[in-house]
Amino acid sequence: MPNNLKGKAPVLVVLQMTGGNDFMNTLVPYTSGLYYDSRQTVRITEDRVLELNDQLGFHPAAAPLKDMFDAGDVAIVQGIGYENSNRSHFRAMDIMHTAEPNAIATEGWLAKAIRQLDPEGKDVLTGVSFGRGLPRAMAAPGVRVTSVGDLDTYGLMTSVDIKEDRAEAMDIFKRFYTPAIGSGATMSYLQQTGDDVLTGIDQLQTVPGRYKSTVEYADNPIAKSLRDVARTHIAGLGTRIFYVQHGGYDHHAVEMPAHEKLLGELSGALRDFMDDLREHDSAEEVVVYAFTEFGRRVQDNGSGTDHGSGGGAFIIGDRVEGGLYSEYPSLDPKTFANGEDLEHTFDFRGVYATLLEQWMSIDSIDIVRGKYEQLQPFRVA
Amino acid sequence: MVQAVKTQTDPALVAHLYRRAGFGITREQVDRLSERDYADIVDFLLNPLPSNGVHDDEVSRYMGGESPHAYLATWIFRMINSENQLQEKMALFWHHVFATGLAKNEHVLSASNQIEMFRSNGMSDMRTILLDLSRDPAMIFWLDNNENHKSEPNENYGRELLELFSLGVGNYTEIDIKNAARAFTGWTFAQSPPLYPHGYYPCDFVFEEENHDNSEKEFLGHTGNFDGGDVIDIIVDQPACAAFISRHLYNFFVADEPQVPTWNEVAPLDPQLIDAMSEAFMNSGGDIKSVLRVMFNSNAFKDARFKKVKSPIELVAGILKMVGNFDDFRPGLSAYADSTTVVMGQKLLDPPSVEGWHTGKEWIDGGNLTERVNFAVSEIGDGESPGVQRIIDRIIDSGSLVAPEDFVDSALDAMGPITVEDSTSEALMKFARDSEGIDDRLRAVRIISLIVSTPEYQFA
Repeated sequence: MPNNLKGKAPVLVVLQMTGGNDFMNTLVPYTSGLYYDSRQTVRITEDRVLELNDQLGFHPAAAPLKDMFDAGDVAIVQGIGYENSNRSHFRAMDIMHTAEPNAIATEGWLAKAIRQLDPEGKDVLTGVSFGRGLPRAMAAPGVRVTSVGDLDTYGLMTSVDIKEDRAEAMDIFKRFYTPAIGSGATMSYLQQTGDDVLTGIDQLQTVPGRYKSTVEYADNPIAKSLRDVARTHIAGLGTRIFYVQHGGYDHHAVEMPAHEKLLGELSGALRDFMDDLREHDSAEEVVVYAFTEFGRRVQDNGSGTDHGSGGGAFIIGDRVEGGLYSEYPSLDPKTFANGEDLEHTFDFRGVYATLLEQWMSIDSIDIVRGKYEQLQPFRVA
Repeated sequence: MVQAVKTQTDPALVAHLYRRAGFGITREQVDRLSERDYADIVDFLLNPLPSNGVHDDEVSRYMGGESPHAYLATWIFRMINSENQLQEKMALFWHHVFATGLAKNEHVLSASNQIEMFRSNGMSDMRTILLDLSRDPAMIFWLDNNENHKSEPNENYGRELLELFSLGVGNYTEIDIKNAARAFTGWTFAQSPPLYPHGYYPCDFVFEEENHDNSEKEFLGHTGNFDGGDVIDIIVDQPACAAFISRHLYNFFVADEPQVPTWNEVAPLDPQLIDAMSEAFMNSGGDIKSVLRVMFNSNAFKDARFKKVKSPIELVAGILKMVGNFDDFRPGLSAYADSTTVVMGQKLLDPPSVEGWHTGKEWIDGGNLTERVNFAVSEIGDGESPGVQRIIDRIIDSGSLVAPEDFVDSALDAMGPITVEDSTSEALMKFARDSEGIDDRLRAVRIISLIVSTPEYQFA
């Protein structure tokens, strides 16, 4: 359990790398002959990798992440997965969101965490998602969360320009969206959502005006979303779980330039985010967890890589004990899953349990449905 | 008001049919169509007229250009104005199912050609649709079939063809995927679609004989030297294909099902209707029109009022149709595709992934709901636009401004007709009482602005 946060509550930022990040080309086993044999085209050569040790090195586009790693702020969880990894994006992401690989589950793992943090569902800002669409990880019946597309223009009935008319319209709107007993499931969900919007809007509208920073983020969607997280966290609205998404990792073809661009955007945005928080003395209580739905095939297809398994994740923050965790998936073909995929070395539910129990101080057994081996990635100050 | 012609079909049912089989309808159009028999209206929708009433040549001359905005403006214009509403809706349906993304392809001409393909073959038969799809340059590039070589098969298209486009999880094996991929080796295009550095030249399908795997393959229990066409023949004969496509149609037109990947484990909401639709599919050799006819004429469809959350484009096109600013072509339409639907979670021509958009209640979260309400209120709140003027006239002409109940009823009728829950009706009544005495036209604009911000209005 984290301590010495100067009385501040721990905050978790979950960052989804959508599409299946190529872990082998993010953390490159640059001295492995098998890597070069399998990756004739989609490869990072030894002279380009940013070495971590005599076996592994970062993709050169991830230089800012490498700097953070060198500073001891990044725990790399190698070989994340589960038995019989599912190669469908849809299903694999569903599994990551619900922490349930064996059946179709409806409740998101973070929504269940929010339910524990705020059992009576009093605060719609306990969980906030920035960007397009609310992820299933944040959704569960009765759990109230807030989803914001663009923090700078967030408001309701903004076109009604006479103040009194707008106030009256908002009053009627509140009546429309008062959850009623006996409505259909989707209708009640809609009413509840409208009600939550009204509740969150007043607070979130104050955020942009209260923020000043010397950090200049790049102009791309993940940088924008992380900046929104930073601004909201710094404003001190009590949000404990944030969610952001970075799309485009499904590199079946022309992977080399596309992957480089994404890793550059991502690692730059993470660096700026942490710098921004530190500038506002708001970094220590924040941990970022960046994950993806699966790793990619060992063998490239001449231009990109197909869906595989054995991915990896990052835990980032000032209170993180930086380093390599778990084991890099074996590169011995005899151990490959389906004869062609990296076999996972660490169950993703153990990572969730680690974050929930050791960082958020939440009981994880119900959320991940059992006990899984945990990591020890946090510094005890 | 005296009705000159006897009503054949309940106006509320006509409005329901057009919210589903089209992109909404004006109240005047409801009046005209309700003079016809319901099954006739369905047949009218199923059989597009030779001319859709939109002068495509003028529209494209007006818009020109090679941007996604230009094409989407044209498409939305047709959603609003085409007589052949179901033709446009089916193009959107297949765009949902065969989700292909511009973010990767970057080739607008191929992307728009794909939608044009869905417009022309969308109500034909499943074999034609899948064969055209497999030869479509935008799809080939999107799922890397141009990288699917005899020596190095790329299974992306083979997998998604089975998982997302025809059968659904649980109806094939990993071996079937690999062999489907082999059957499509050599199906590629003459020139690569990405824009750079050559601009938007046309991009045509080619079959590279020397790059095709001409050896024996096993596929879904059949063995032979199959090519892509053979694989599609085998797929279309599967009862699983009939059930999967029927369920997709049900989910798009009738009522929101759970998300697609659960379908092999969660039973359909209405197994009887899915069975009837599947039977029509099997008996007709996969004729989509036959399946649609069974669906639209079923009582289950007629009763499924307000059971589907509108997609952003359904909401936006429906409002624009009512507001009437784009009955003639004029600038400004592209912004609706370019930003309005995007902030609500739907960027046409560019779905988030090959799985398409998550639909139903997943269209709604606090952020999206805020955008939907703000958009609808700002459009309908413009009392100067011709469609809003007509709606106001209708409310005032009904002579209902005095009694609050009549005022609410006539406003709900003029906006659909639509029906709302009691709690919503009570809130509208409160407004009707509180606003007595203000200017009639202003009062009418304000109540219809409130109606488009109700929870009910989010449903089709």
